[in-house]
Amino acid sequence: MDMHAHDRRRFLALTAGAAATPLLAACGAGFGGDDKKSGGSAANDVTGSFDWKREKGTTLKALLNKHPYTDALIADLKSFTAKTGIKVEYDVFPEDNYFDKLTVDLSSGRASYDVFMLGAYMVWQYGPPGWLEDLGPWMRNSSATGAEWDQADFFPNLLQSDQWTLKDGAPLGQGGQYALPWGWETNVVAYNTEVFKKLGLKPAETFDELREIAGAVKKKAPGAGYDGMYGIAVRGSRSWATIHPGFMTMYARNGLHDFTVEGGKLKPAMNTPKAIAFTEDWAAMVKQGGPPSWTSYTWYQCSSDLGAKKAGMLFDADTAAYFQAVKGASPASGKIAFHPGPKGPDGSLATNMWIWSLGMNAKSKKKSASWLFLQWATGKEHLHKAAITGNHIDPVRKSISQDAAYKDKMRHLPGFLDTFETVVDQTKIQFTPQAQFFDATTSWAAALQEIYGGKNAKSVLNGLAGDLASKVD
Amino acid sequence: MGWRLTLRPYFLIVPALLLTCGILYPFGLGLYYTLFDFSASKPQPDMVRLHNYETVFTQDAFWNSAWVTVLYAVGAAAVETVLGVAVALLLHRSSLVGRVLEKILILPLMIAPVIAAIIWKLMLQPSVGVVNHLLKPFGLGGVQWTDTPTGALLSSIAVDVWVYTPFVAILALAGLRSLPTSPFEAAAVDGAGWWYTFRRLTLPMLWPYVLVAVIFRFMDSLKVFDIIYALTEGGPGDSTVVLQIRAYLEAIRFQRYSFGISYTIVLWAVVYLAAMVLVRHLGRIQRKAAEAK
Repeated sequence: MDMHAHDRRRFLALTAGAAATPLLAACGAGFGGDDKKSGGSAANDVTGSFDWKREKGTTLKALLNKHPYTDALIADLKSFTAKTGIKVEYDVFPEDNYFDKLTVDLSSGRASYDVFMLGAYMVWQYGPPGWLEDLGPWMRNSSATGAEWDQADFFPNLLQSDQWTLKDGAPLGQGGQYALPWGWETNVVAYNTEVFKKLGLKPAETFDELREIAGAVKKKAPGAGYDGMYGIAVRGSRSWATIHPGFMTMYARNGLHDFTVEGGKLKPAMNTPKAIAFTEDWAAMVKQGGPPSWTSYTWYQCSSDLGAKKAGMLFDADTAAYFQAVKGASPASGKIAFHPGPKGPDGSLATNMWIWSLGMNAKSKKKSASWLFLQWATGKEHLHKAAITGNHIDPVRKSISQDAAYKDKMRHLPGFLDTFETVVDQTKIQFTPQAQFFDATTSWAAALQEIYGGKNAKSVLNGLAGDLASKVD
Repeated sequence: MGWRLTLRPYFLIVPALLLTCGILYPFGLGLYYTLFDFSASKPQPDMVRLHNYETVFTQDAFWNSAWVTVLYAVGAAAVETVLGVAVALLLHRSSLVGRVLEKILILPLMIAPVIAAIIWKLMLQPSVGVVNHLLKPFGLGGVQWTDTPTGALLSSIAVDVWVYTPFVAILALAGLRSLPTSPFEAAAVDGAGWWYTFRRLTLPMLWPYVLVAVIFRFMDSLKVFDIIYALTEGGPGDSTVVLQIRAYLEAIRFQRYSFGISYTIVLWAVVYLAAMVLVRHLGRIQRKAAEAK
């Protein structure tokens, strides 16, 4: 009897423990991925003259992230269906869950979604396992691609950012085209003109000035009628997303690198003496003029604080400030101006960027229709409409950035167009492409938090570099 | 007729068997995957036997996560037990206030923990959060709750306590109501004080119920993910990266599937051992309590 009771308890404990194991194994990540590249592209099957109606009657499935760019796309989907006869069904997820959903879906090897949004950094993660269709053959096939798509109209640095050889450390702009740039964000400084005027401040031209101004705003603004205002909003959560906007932009303007390539091997470079000094300065700037509870700050809090007049400046994506600056969007709208931000010691305005791109599932059974969709969504007609009638700012096409209607629309935002034009040629992905990007930048963000918390920068960054060296080897 | 009677017990356990298979199949599959170096960058993996476990146990990150997990689980379960029992004792005194509070008490349990964590994150926000606003008159308006390692861990435990203390209180209250009245009447006749009665009668007889609550809360706290991830994402630094968060980052974010699953298997072993010890202890306590009754 006791034996039975004992067995029952053992069983209960065993199953309780087993339930502790999340169903990672069953959530799709199974062996059977394909690391062999097929010799021929499905693009070669498309022959004859180009025809938008070629795949009439097909239904595509798209996975989209909740974003104003997405809203503009969805609002215009009827035009795509009218033009091609292709229907698009879509799921929209908030950014917090979006990439987990996409990762799990792609890793399952299913073709649940034919097309999806991704960032250029994701190419480094999704490209090597063969989850992304190489769009190069589609772009080069005149039967599959209409002449009006006009590849030369894209800003070349954007198109190149989605192009890679899939080899860690190899520069972008070579190899397969694994996604198409669709909308992007450059990282600059936005500031509250009202506060700056009241305190007699001017936008910073050097990093030292930025630190001083951030500290001055935090010290003086509350006494000047801006209760609780601090100097500068920058991201600080323990996430890869903390590193890539303001921090990486200023890091690059100081001539610093995340990794160096020596003898074909990647070597972490975030612990060089200059990098350590810069990281200490960045943490000191946050302490001096940054937000309270900085270690939980994501783009959303940064953007909201600028709009709510809680932050005097924002060093982040220009879109994060734009959506607060448009008329009626926030208490600070009409009082937000844009500036390229501090220059590096040698005058560099090297700027890191985020590119919302569109990609095609390599396992899709509807590649021809998917390509028509990608062509339309990144084409001049839709992007022009999205920029003028929607909030699809930061055009990936040169023709739209020079368009009179676009310029008219953006002109009312002080400094936006000038800033855009000043940094556009120096804006590129400043990271070294490599498959462990998300691990490296998440660990880097954790290190930044520790330095902010008072730990020795040299020892923390040496530890980070040592840890990453073994992972990227 | 005979074969039906013979097979009936087996039919009766079919639902439980299916449920068990539903749990054990992915568990077994996960265990199998840990013997390979399966990752996004290596979809055709090689067998590496126990190498993933060797790597787990030799990483500082693992020992840090294991320590944080234990601190969290012990801290949350201990505070919830003490508070839960105290609340149950207060509610056990039959009064209108008690009956109303009993209904309200269950509300935190009806909120998903991740939602509770997001709400608390807003409330703990130093500049606009309500907590610092309320503390301002006492000169404590500038507390940065989640900006330091200790603050982040304590804040996470506090959210866990807010969500799950009612669970302990409800179990303890049910236990209190099921206790026999005669020993208490006898103690009252003998003139025993409240503390003596509580220590010598209430607590020993209530202990099996309390221990059930402790087992549930301790095991659940060892597996925590949602509250901490929503509140701190594991930061600042690695100060709140519990084993589940480490497993999630490795398997989903960084796509090192085999390695990430190894973390969950290690966590399973920890939960299993803890459950074994606590369940065995519960059996002993139940027998003692039955003898006391």
